[in-house]
Amino acid sequence: MPESVVTILNILIGGLLLGGIYALIAMGMSLQYGVARVLNIAHGEFIMIAAFGTFSLYTVAGINPLICLVIIGPITLIIGFLIHRSLFYQLSLKAPNPDAFAASSILASFGLLFIIQNIALMGWGADYRAYSYLNEGVNIGGAIFPANKLVILGFAVGIGVAFYLFLARSRIGKAIRSAAQDPQTASLMGVNINRVLAICFGLGAMMAAIAGVLISMRVPLNPAMGMQYTFIAIIIIVLGGLGSIPGSFIGGFMLGIIGEVVTHFEPSLSLAAYYFIFMLLLLIRPKGIFGK
Amino acid sequence: MDVSRYKSKGILIPGLIGLVFLILLATLPFYITGYTVVLITTILMYGILTVSWVLFSGPSGYLSLASAAFFGVGIYVGAILLPNTGQLVPLVVAVILGGLASGLIALGVGALTLRLRGIYFAIFTFGLVILILEVLNWWEHTVSHLRGRFVMSVDNDMMFWLMLGIFVATALTYFFFRRSKFGLALQGIGQNEEAAAHSGVNVTMVKVLTFALSAVFAGAAGAVWATRLTYIDPYVAFHVNFSFLPVLMAIFGGMGQMYGPLIGAALFAYLQEKLQTEFPEIYMLIFGFVLIATVLFMRDGLVGVVEWVIRKLRRGGSAVQNADT
Repeated sequence: MPESVVTILNILIGGLLLGGIYALIAMGMSLQYGVARVLNIAHGEFIMIAAFGTFSLYTVAGINPLICLVIIGPITLIIGFLIHRSLFYQLSLKAPNPDAFAASSILASFGLLFIIQNIALMGWGADYRAYSYLNEGVNIGGAIFPANKLVILGFAVGIGVAFYLFLARSRIGKAIRSAAQDPQTASLMGVNINRVLAICFGLGAMMAAIAGVLISMRVPLNPAMGMQYTFIAIIIIVLGGLGSIPGSFIGGFMLGIIGEVVTHFEPSLSLAAYYFIFMLLLLIRPKGIFGK
Repeated sequence: MDVSRYKSKGILIPGLIGLVFLILLATLPFYITGYTVVLITTILMYGILTVSWVLFSGPSGYLSLASAAFFGVGIYVGAILLPNTGQLVPLVVAVILGGLASGLIALGVGALTLRLRGIYFAIFTFGLVILILEVLNWWEHTVSHLRGRFVMSVDNDMMFWLMLGIFVATALTYFFFRRSKFGLALQGIGQNEEAAAHSGVNVTMVKVLTFALSAVFAGAAGAVWATRLTYIDPYVAFHVNFSFLPVLMAIFGGMGQMYGPLIGAALFAYLQEKLQTEFPEIYMLIFGFVLIATVLFMRDGLVGVVEWVIRKLRRGGSAVQNADT
């Protein structure tokens, strides 16, 4: 295969891989913001702590990172559920209007960010940590990719689609969507709105944790790594239209490919490029590409 | 001098208290030295950031998270004009230019973005900090080939007086702005933007100019802060804490009264410094819980707590009177 085709294929697969992770993170945040109305600045910290958890489970207990998905995911779901009940639900009771709740929940989640980062610092220290899993190369039409990259891509897409189907088909999914559209009417129809909001927050945290488990296979871990993922998730949910789950899924892949293209030419500018696109979009079409 | 004119507006007493306090503060380096002066300089810095944030976001209700961007621009201007190899301009000029640079950026950003509302504005201003950080980082790595910059160090007392000067300018501006036609117009925008526009307020102009004005003070403080840091890189200068802490300090103090943000900034900054030096291991943990407790239990801040106590006392007093009669 000619050199240029291999390069393009490399960028494309890299972009899809990055996009798959981004899509998971953004879907989680979209659920937290779109339904529970919490712009969770600590979203990336759930990714970070789950990645460290996987690191320890793999290096100390020898548990396969893919098995960690079904251990860490549900635990984070419960933790997220409890955080919403004990913190954000209380905030929503005290807030005089939705704008005041949005502002105070941003600040509260910033407090959460501090707490989780400090826990990670105490547990794992400030140094970078990494482990190697499924690192052997796989040949696809002449281009060689590490196996873990492909595994991550497969899982990210699979979990993303499954999550979307869960929201679209299941009973809880329907309750969640009704709560997103009109909380008051939904509660009149017998939806336990407070429980649904807490479940949404928990599911959002779970998606972050799943992304964290997958990321830990490829990225060196550090307690300060979470913030950049929060930034990226915010960009994507605005890109895809605030609260739109399919918008976040597609937006994640779009941003992943854009990021990989920019990285190919000027690696240190990829975050800046995301922001540039994001600001441009906010100015031209604040509702997002898929927003109504 | 006709005192009654001032008295009727009710600024004589607080003005006098403020003046005495200011004289005490300004002469501080003569009888206190070392760490305390440094600590108070830090508190003043946070005071400037908080009050300048409240100046715009308080009345207008637009949650700005751009403080770190304006502060960081000031820091960079300070670092460029006052390198450790020899200062290019006098200190005061660097401070003024730091303020102006931030103000200009805020003017441009404000004109572009202030039609965004609610959460979009908050997200955008937050993004601005990261955008400037990343572009600057790239610039320093690939164009100027500097990882960071060394800044000349300035005498602690000098730094204190500069910071105090900026602080007084910020506080006075805030005080008079709140009572001015401009300040009332901004308040009107915060309550109902359409109604304000229909009553003849040039909504865009008021918002953009106030936004820029608030950025000037943050930038000026940044230029002084550069000499405190002595070594800076984009990650230090544009740290997101400088966006969130002013908001938290303002809420902590309470925005219902003029003095709320000032007290909030002073107490909060003191607490932060103490925690950071005495419990560096768990500083963020304690800090996080304090933040959450503040938004959960002190919606109207310290001012709210004080007013609540006063109300309770008064009600208690009147109840006793009623029982007597």
